[in-house]
Amino acid sequence: MAKDKIAKPEELADGINYTPPKKDWFDPKVEFVRGRYNYASTPSGLEYLGLPNPRKWQPDQEDWKLPKDWQKIVLKGFKERLAKFRSFKIFMDICVRCGACADKCHFFLGSGDPKNMPVLRAELLRSVYRNDFTAFGRVLGKLAGGRELTVDVLKEWFYYFYQCTECRRCSVFCPYGIDTAEITMMARELLSLIGCTIDWITTPLANCYRTGNHLGIQPHGFKDSIEFALDDLYDLTGLKIEAPINKKGAEILFIVPSADYFANPHYFGFLGYLALFHEIGLDYTFSTYASEGGNFGLFHSHDMAKRLNAKMYAEAKRLKVKWLLGGECGHMWRVVHQYMDTMNGPADFLEEPISPITGTKFENAKSTKMVHICEFTSDLIYHNKIKLDPNRNNHWRVTFHDSCNPARGMGLLEEPRYILRSVCNNFYEMPEDTIREKTFCCGSGAGLGTDENLEMRLRGGFPRANAVKYVHDKHDVNLLTCICAIDKATLPALMDYWVPGVEVGAIHELVGNALVMEGEKRDTDFRGNRFIGPPEAQPKEGKENV
Amino acid sequence: MIRLKERLAAHKSNILKKWFDLIVDTYPYDSSKYLKNVKNRFGNPVGSTISMEIEKLYDELLGDMDSGKIFTSLDSIIKIRSVQEFTASEAVAFVFMLKSAALEQLRGDLKEEGMLADWLAFESRIDKLALQAFDSYADSRERIFDIRVREIRRKAELVMMDRINMPRRAKE
Repeated sequence: MAKDKIAKPEELADGINYTPPKKDWFDPKVEFVRGRYNYASTPSGLEYLGLPNPRKWQPDQEDWKLPKDWQKIVLKGFKERLAKFRSFKIFMDICVRCGACADKCHFFLGSGDPKNMPVLRAELLRSVYRNDFTAFGRVLGKLAGGRELTVDVLKEWFYYFYQCTECRRCSVFCPYGIDTAEITMMARELLSLIGCTIDWITTPLANCYRTGNHLGIQPHGFKDSIEFALDDLYDLTGLKIEAPINKKGAEILFIVPSADYFANPHYFGFLGYLALFHEIGLDYTFSTYASEGGNFGLFHSHDMAKRLNAKMYAEAKRLKVKWLLGGECGHMWRVVHQYMDTMNGPADFLEEPISPITGTKFENAKSTKMVHICEFTSDLIYHNKIKLDPNRNNHWRVTFHDSCNPARGMGLLEEPRYILRSVCNNFYEMPEDTIREKTFCCGSGAGLGTDENLEMRLRGGFPRANAVKYVHDKHDVNLLTCICAIDKATLPALMDYWVPGVEVGAIHELVGNALVMEGEKRDTDFRGNRFIGPPEAQPKEGKENV
Repeated sequence: MIRLKERLAAHKSNILKKWFDLIVDTYPYDSSKYLKNVKNRFGNPVGSTISMEIEKLYDELLGDMDSGKIFTSLDSIIKIRSVQEFTASEAVAFVFMLKSAALEQLRGDLKEEGMLADWLAFESRIDKLALQAFDSYADSRERIFDIRVREIRRKAELVMMDRINMPRRAKE
C-alpha cells in the first residue's frame, strides 16, 4: 500500500469522512496507478515507423523525457490541424456544454470519474485551444476558460485521451453532432508528435507496416495458418476445401482482421467464412500483404491510417480483382466506410460490387467498392442460396453486441440480426438503450485492450456487461456474438469478470455451424460441441423477443 | 431486536435513501448528481446497481441474514467498487454508512429502554456484513488477477508467431 494512503493520527482520531474533497477540473494532476493505463511505446516501434522521440519511458515515471521544445511542437501541431481540419476547428468552438453527452460515455458510467464525461474530456483540449488560439483566451486566460499547456496538462491528456475508445456513443446524443472520436484522434496526434504514444498501438503499427498485418505474420506464415484452418475444416466436415491465396484475376479480394486466422474465438468465424465460400463456389482470393483488415493507424493519426489502408487498393490492383469483400472487423469499417475513399481512392480501376451468386448490386459500396461480409451473407440468405439448419445452434442461447464502428460508423444494424434469426433459434436482444446506434462499447477499443489496462477496461465495459447480464439472467443467454475482432479479443475477459457463463463468438461461426454443405459428414459445431438437435432444444424459460 | 426491527422497517425508505446518498457521495461531486438518477437501469448501471442491491441487503439485515443472498448483493456492488478509484477500505466502507443513515432516523428511539441493546445487536449484524464485504473485495481482486494471467497466457501464445513465421522445414 502506498504510504500516502495511510491515515494521519488526527484523521484516525476524528472519525471517517467518506466524501471526497471537491476538486476543480482545472487541476490537471493525475495519478498513474497500475492496471489503469497502457504501457508507453517502445523505441523500436517508433524508430521503425520513423516517428519522433523514440526513448524508454513509462507514464508512471516523473520524467517523460520530452523534447526541449515540446510545447512549441504541440502548439504548432495544434495550429496546423485547426487550419487543415475544419471539423476540428468547429468542434473546438461550438460546444455549448449542454451536458447531453455527459452521462453517455461507458467510461464515465463505469468509473464515475467526471473527466470521462465527453464534454469534460474535450475541455482538456479546448482549454488549451482557448488559451492559445482565441482572442478572449489570450487576454483573459483562466477567466475565459483557458489553460496553459504544462507538463501536468500533457500528462492529463495522455491519461484521458487513452481512456476514450473512439466509439462515438456520445456523438449520437450531441445536438451539434460533435464527433468526440475525432477530438480524441486529434489529441492523440498531438501527443504522438512528441513520442507520447502507447505500445499496443505502435508495435502493431510497425508490424503492419512491415508485413501487412498487426501480428507480423509473413506470407509463408499466413499460408500456413490458412492451410491449418483447411485441415481443421476437413476434420470437422470431411470436406477438402480450398482457399486461394494471391490468385491473380479472382473476382473478389477478401480481407479479414488478422486475429480471425489466429486468435480464439475469432478463428471459428474464420472457419465459417471458408465453409461458406466453398459451399457457394465463390471466386475469391486472400492476399498475403492485405492480410489485415484492421487499421491501428486510426488510433494513432490520420497519416498512419492512410499509410496502412493503402495496401487494400494496392493489392486489389495487383491481383486484378473486381471488388473487395471485408470480414468481421470493427474500426476497419470506420476507415473503409468513412475515410478510405478520400484517403486512397478513387478506386476507379475496380467495378461496382455485384454478388456473383445473387446478382445483387451493392449500391452502398458504389464508391469504395468494398462490401461487408454481413451484407453479402444476408443477401445470400434472403435469396435462398444456402441451406441452413438453425437447430445446429440450439446449444447456444444468443445475444448480439452491436460493435461500435459497424453500427455507428456505417449503420450496419439489420444485416447481422437478419443472419442470426436465420441461423439460430434462440436469439434475444439486449435492452433498447444498449444496442444499435446506442450500443455500449466493449471498453477496450482504439488500442486500449491490453492486460496492463485491465481495470480500466473493466470499468469501461461495465455498462455493456450490465446489459448482457440482464439477458443472461432472464433468458439464460450463453453466447455473446459480435462482428469486431477487438470485441472478440476483449469481451471474454469482460464476461469472465461481470457475467461468468457467457462465451463470445462470431456471427459467421453460427453461419458455419448452421450451413448444410454438400457431401459433409459432421455432428459437432466448430468448437467440437455435439449438435443437440431439435428435441432437446426447447427454450427453457422466458419469452423470446425475436 | 423485534422493536428495533419494526422501527427500521417503518423508516425503510428514508434510511435507504440516506444510505444510498452517502454511498453515491463517495464519488466526485460532479459525478454523484448523475449517479443519483436511478430511473434508467441501463443508462446508469452503477447508481441503479447500488440502489437495488442495498435494498436487498437491508431486507436481509432485518430478516434471516441469508448468506447466499447477502454475498450476491455485496458482490454486485463490490465488483464495481474494486475496479474504481477506491482503496480497499474505501471500497468496502459503504457497509458502515448504514449505521449513520439509520442513526439519523432513529437517534431519538434509542433512548427508550432496551433499545440500545437492540441497536448493538443490529450493529453487530452490520459488522458481519462488513466482514463479508472484505471477503468479497478480496475475491474480486483475485478474479481480476486471474483474468489478467489468462490474458497474458493468451499473449504468450502470440509469441508462437515466431514459429508461424519459421519455414515449414525448421518447424519439423
